[in-house]
Amino acid sequence: MMNYSDKVMEHFSNPRNVGEIENPDGLGEAGNPQCGDIMKIYLKVKDNVIEDVKFKTFGCASAIASSSMATELIKGKTVDEAWELTNTAVAEALDGLPPIKMHCSVLAEEAIHKALNDYREKQGLDVIPVKEFDHNHDSFAV
Amino acid sequence: MQNVYLDYAATTPTDPEVLEAMTPYFTELFGNPSSIYSFASKSRAAIEKARGQVAAALNALPEEIFFTSSGTEADNWALKGALEKLRPKGNHVITTQIEHHAVLHTGEYLEKVEGGSVTYLPVDGEGRVRLEDLKAAVTDKTILVSVMFANNEIGTIQPIKEIGEFCREKGVLFHTDAVQAAAQLDIDVKALSIDMMSLSAHKMYGPKGTGVFYLRKGLRLENFVHGGGQEKGKRASTENIAGIVGMGFAIEKMKARLPQEKPRIGGLRDRLIDGILKTVPHAKLNGAQGEERLPNNTNFSFIGIEGETLLLDLDAKGISASTGSACSSGSLEPSHVLMAIGLTHEQAHGSLRLTLGRGTTDEQVDYVLSVLPEIVAKRREMSPLWEDYVKKFGEK
Repeated sequence: MMNYSDKVMEHFSNPRNVGEIENPDGLGEAGNPQCGDIMKIYLKVKDNVIEDVKFKTFGCASAIASSSMATELIKGKTVDEAWELTNTAVAEALDGLPPIKMHCSVLAEEAIHKALNDYREKQGLDVIPVKEFDHNHDSFAV
Repeated sequence: MQNVYLDYAATTPTDPEVLEAMTPYFTELFGNPSSIYSFASKSRAAIEKARGQVAAALNALPEEIFFTSSGTEADNWALKGALEKLRPKGNHVITTQIEHHAVLHTGEYLEKVEGGSVTYLPVDGEGRVRLEDLKAAVTDKTILVSVMFANNEIGTIQPIKEIGEFCREKGVLFHTDAVQAAAQLDIDVKALSIDMMSLSAHKMYGPKGTGVFYLRKGLRLENFVHGGGQEKGKRASTENIAGIVGMGFAIEKMKARLPQEKPRIGGLRDRLIDGILKTVPHAKLNGAQGEERLPNNTNFSFIGIEGETLLLDLDAKGISASTGSACSSGSLEPSHVLMAIGLTHEQAHGSLRLTLGRGTTDEQVDYVLSVLPEIVAKRREMSPLWEDYVKKFGEK
């Protein structure tokens, strides 16, 4: 089995912000069942600040831990600050992920970007191009 | 916390009596069996005793038994040795899509390096090879058929006797990887028309690092391990005497226990299967049922969750299990076996294998049944895939 950090195991065992938000201000989904990961991020935004965030994730322990950590990191941030969250920051906050699992943090970044864009669209703002990650994982394989 | 080991298909603990029989061959009786002095003859005698024990367990002759370092080595020997020896006759090998990697990757090697042509037979929804597919695949270039006795992931037992008889009639060599089956079933190589067979000690309460290759008398293969003249010049390297002694004793003891142990384990298996199918909504049993399934194997798919999370959640409750999900293995593709029986990626990712053994008790089965439904429910609750599934098919 994978060697996960204590932080990953802690967030996997007690994930924060699990659930849904009814009528979210932003909703983003990344991944697909073929690769075994789907991440859905729900945002509640007030005065440009992420007041609440929830997630639902199908995937391995690192996908669940990445969702949990990423939602923690953007909660209370402005939407612009939240956009700056990178997958590396998520992985670092989890005290690292095994190389083969780095795509899980990438998935979190992508789902958040999509949720923020959904919010921007609803606000009549320009959508920022999102880097679509290659979910066949080849680029992350070790 | 309870400690419940349910991964006997991965490996078994060495039986303390087996270990005790092995110990002298590390220390006092360490002599090289190839040496002349008298105390080395004890090593030779120990090896021949073990050879007799293995032969007796399989209804084989002692001279048909060769000791190897593993089941994997025996598989390599069978495939490479057959093609190298029989190439003038043909280069076609038939195997299945659900073999262990020891056969599958050796097959790929034959194609890439040795000029072999390999057919990988499909299987039905329960993982069974269809005899008509095999018959249709045989050509005048076919020299070898290799079909595993029983599958390591889903426990489905193959129609070995029918395959063996067909191959014998066709004059094609028949090899079977019986690494899983030999620890759970009575195997009679004569009655089943088996030409070559691979076994492993550590799946049957023997030590790791020892395997057996059965080669029917009169058949010739190229050697796989080259060097000294051990094993009648067919398999070089100084014998792992302690390991060989362990293998012989382990298979003898396993065989003696089988009449009681097989129904006991089979009963626990059925209780586990029935319990899980009853208590976990939308649980799916993968593989065959009843007599066509290894008595110690269970394999399920729980749609909506990923196998690695199941393993970690079970581990937190003291239960050791296994999955065919990609995420746990370090590879990113889900199990080739689960894909071959027609599961979707989602079903393959959500698979759980629980394999039973000597240490498994009624209480342990009850314990698993008491914690598993809750774990599955908890992870499904956070799964968008489950949410979609329930919308389509309902909660139950």
